[in-house]
Amino acid sequence: MKRIYVNEQWCLGCHLCEYECAYANSGIADMVRALKGKKIYPRVHVEDCGEIHFAVNCRHCNEAVCAESCISGALSKGEDGIVRIDGNKCVGCLTCVLVCPYGAVMPSPDGHAAMKCALCTDNFAGEPNCVKHCPNGAIVYETRANGL
Amino acid sequence: MRGRLMREGEFRDPSGCAVAGVIDRSGRKMTGEGMIEAIAVMHDRSNGLGGGFAGYGIYPHYKDFYAFHLFYDTVKAQEETEAFLKLHFEIVYSSQIQTRKMPAIKDEPVIFRYFLAPLPRKLADSQLDEREYVARCVIRINAGTEGAYVFSSGKNMGIFKGVGYPEDIGRFYRLEEYEGYAWTCHGRYPTNTPGWWGGAHPFGLLDFSVVHNGEISSYDANRRYMEMYGYKCTLQTDTEVITYIVDYLIRKKGLTLDEVAHVIAASFWSTIARKDERAREQETLLRRMFPSLLVTGPFSIILGYEGGLMALCDRLKLRSMVCAEKGDRAYISSEESAIRRIEPSLDSIYAPAGGEPVIYELYGKGGRGQ
Amino acid sequence: MSLYIRPDYEVVRNENRCIACRVCERQCANGVHSFDPETGLMKADESKCVNCHRCVSLCPTHALKIVKTDDVYRENANWDIQTVNEVYRQANTGGVLLSSMGNPKPYPVFWDKLLLNASQVTNPPIDPLREPMETQLWLGKRTAKTERTADGRLKDTLAPQLKLSVPVMFSAMSYGSISYNAHESLARAAEELGIYYNTGEGGLHRDFYRYGKNTIVQVASGRFGVHKEYLETAAAIEIKMGQGAKPGIGGHLPGAKITEDVSETRMIPQGVDAISPAPHHDIYSIEDLKQLVDSLKEATDYKKPVIVKIAAVHNAAAIASGIARSGADIIAIDGYRGGTGAAPTRIRDNVGIPIEMALAQIDERLRREGIRDEVSLVVGGSVRSSADVVKAIALGADACYIGTAALLALGCHLCRSCHTGLCNWGIATQRPDLVKRLNPDLGYKRLVNLVTAWKHEIEEMMGGMGINSLEALRGNRLMLRGIGLTDTELRLLGIRYAGESL
Repeated sequence: MKRIYVNEQWCLGCHLCEYECAYANSGIADMVRALKGKKIYPRVHVEDCGEIHFAVNCRHCNEAVCAESCISGALSKGEDGIVRIDGNKCVGCLTCVLVCPYGAVMPSPDGHAAMKCALCTDNFAGEPNCVKHCPNGAIVYETRANGL
Repeated sequence: MRGRLMREGEFRDPSGCAVAGVIDRSGRKMTGEGMIEAIAVMHDRSNGLGGGFAGYGIYPHYKDFYAFHLFYDTVKAQEETEAFLKLHFEIVYSSQIQTRKMPAIKDEPVIFRYFLAPLPRKLADSQLDEREYVARCVIRINAGTEGAYVFSSGKNMGIFKGVGYPEDIGRFYRLEEYEGYAWTCHGRYPTNTPGWWGGAHPFGLLDFSVVHNGEISSYDANRRYMEMYGYKCTLQTDTEVITYIVDYLIRKKGLTLDEVAHVIAASFWSTIARKDERAREQETLLRRMFPSLLVTGPFSIILGYEGGLMALCDRLKLRSMVCAEKGDRAYISSEESAIRRIEPSLDSIYAPAGGEPVIYELYGKGGRGQ
Repeated sequence: MSLYIRPDYEVVRNENRCIACRVCERQCANGVHSFDPETGLMKADESKCVNCHRCVSLCPTHALKIVKTDDVYRENANWDIQTVNEVYRQANTGGVLLSSMGNPKPYPVFWDKLLLNASQVTNPPIDPLREPMETQLWLGKRTAKTERTADGRLKDTLAPQLKLSVPVMFSAMSYGSISYNAHESLARAAEELGIYYNTGEGGLHRDFYRYGKNTIVQVASGRFGVHKEYLETAAAIEIKMGQGAKPGIGGHLPGAKITEDVSETRMIPQGVDAISPAPHHDIYSIEDLKQLVDSLKEATDYKKPVIVKIAAVHNAAAIASGIARSGADIIAIDGYRGGTGAAPTRIRDNVGIPIEMALAQIDERLRREGIRDEVSLVVGGSVRSSADVVKAIALGADACYIGTAALLALGCHLCRSCHTGLCNWGIATQRPDLVKRLNPDLGYKRLVNLVTAWKHEIEEMMGGMGINSLEALRGNRLMLRGIGLTDTELRLLGIRYAGESL
């Protein structure tokens, strides 16, 4: 399947992807209205360590431990390979947040459920917004042989 | 210089035209009558502002001498030119060219013919080969003597041209009285109206004569390149520069006619890439050696030379041209109708492709072809 | 005392749009932007701004713009603000003013005073979408003797030539002055396009030897990075005698830009300014140049064309005539608008002549002397568009070098601060965090796009003129007309005025 990958070599640590992610998932068409004066809750996180920058997001693991450990059946891996979360089923136990080895699942702003990247299939962007707006082509959306 | 429109040489004059040619490959002579009839069929391709003919094999009695045809505007020009000629040549014979007075032809200049042999001492001093010596003298007169113009300078051939419809020009020069093994002719449709006799076609240098139909877009690239090698494009016409290119490539660079065609109407690189290795290598080399002599834009030319005719169109074939054969005779024309007029039943007729040279030569006479 | 000099530009932030994402702050190597945690607002210190537009380009809400300051001194037609500020700056520092990129002064641009022809009625325009249109060419000597093999075939007696798919090459920009990633972008683009890029006087990084067949290596007065393998790897060798941006002086690469990699490639010490001499100290005259041309040919077995690059100066035509007789295969001429990574401002802005004039005069001179076929002419400084290329070819050039246009394709916004080494676009810098901002995967593609777009435009313009091969455009000055030019300019350019018939 096509996944989002980050080529660390080209990641500048500009954090634009975080804002583009938060915007895409805000449901508000105007970026300024969506983000101005608000704390953002992006599903992609840029890890910075000195000169090294890396935008981390969900790997959509073949054997998704988040889904396996979900106590309410809110997390599942679809036929398209995308690991999704059903907010209506989620009870907010945050087990998934604890078990994800990548830190790619996080509590949603209201604190009552978890949230994660669904490759922008669940919002108006339609295609991964972080990939589309990465200024240096560091974030790519492609199929790789080993999957991870 | 008359106080009127500028003449050829003072501006660049693009023109459309009709061309035709015939050769009897067995060497049997024909009068100029056939060509007059043929070009008359294409009357509408000319506009009365220029016509002309070239005949090969027409001066058998003087075949070893350079036949110069000159236009003189003034007595002074003639005096200056004859002084120059005497200094450089032995003048074997000279006289005014016999013409026929007719209402359609007006304002003709004085038209003279000389049979010449280079003075041996002068030639030796110049350290030039004989043809180069003669060519330089022609260029010198045309570029340097106001009111005098050499319009024919080959051996055993002659160019006859002027302002008027070509069929009238043919009658004016009494071409039915000349006999040659090959003829070419030209009817002109210039887009300016200078009405200068020297500006009519064919254009010639030594035994090369060129008639051309079209307007080439590469003109200034070609001209500036040729002027680097001592040619002076005094007329600023396509025909003039094409003649010089042919003369340069054949006489100075030693190329064959076929090679000349691959220089001036080179195949596209994409076409060359599809050819067999030998052709690919040779044609690539020619384009790399003489890129500035590629001629673009529409043209169809008939090149006349001692022993043969070559027909060639631009590589996109933007001008019409057909070639035909009947027995020993081969015909070339802008339009088939002109050929049918003088030879209704042909053995074969076809339209050569763009950039494809068609060469007809005397049997075993060792023309310059392949 | 050090006077504060107000910068020419101000950063304007639309607070209604700014979402304080701090991308501008993270992307500004000059430290213009900062975040004030107390107010939650972004601030800007325009005194540090070089107007490179990195922040403007990356701002996701388009909240930023840079405007010319409205701070003025008392109006003075003689002492404009920049001139006054330069005096202050020199009084502050006592130093020579340094600048980068090409001459920005309002001298006439002759390209913009030339108009092209098109066919109407008497001969047909050619549609490049329907008919073949040839932009391919060969650079080098065209003086061949006609010799034949026993079976009558023509022998190839031509000196080595360079084959180009388009009459455009990337001009000399050294590794050191520009980044590894910029070089990789140029090299890969040259390979894909079937053209050449030029190492400049900075040597050739080991990683790029594989692009050798699309590489022109430079031998400059400092001889940086020149060795046998370097010469052998290249497709052609360029002797740099001069550069349009700084005729008469050598190069200067600040020590800060000489990192380990750059030092190894240039074969010079790390961190120390690399200063190449004004002249080649083995070339004090034309006969010395001939010896260097010969040596380089000898060293490479006569298999590679040698280019001699000169700055366009007053006597360019005579100099070019000398070079054409030196055995060189190609002359590269760099006009006074040509770019640079660093040059003294006074030199850049006041020395040299326009490339259009130099080209027209050199082409004409070589033809008059009958030696135009001895060399090809490549012109640069500055060729800004496909129209400039077409006009250059019609004036008599064989091909063009583009430098600034190529850098623009890579993101350069002409802030002209290359000499600071803090290029926010990852081009004219060696700082690793900045270098990585230019991803060659994207960069090379943008270069390919640019040249491909120009190729299409060149074809359109040629087709309009009824010309279907570049060869028939070269030196075809009847295709040009001048507008807004004096008689002297027309004479020097060898063209007629617009409206003058054929």
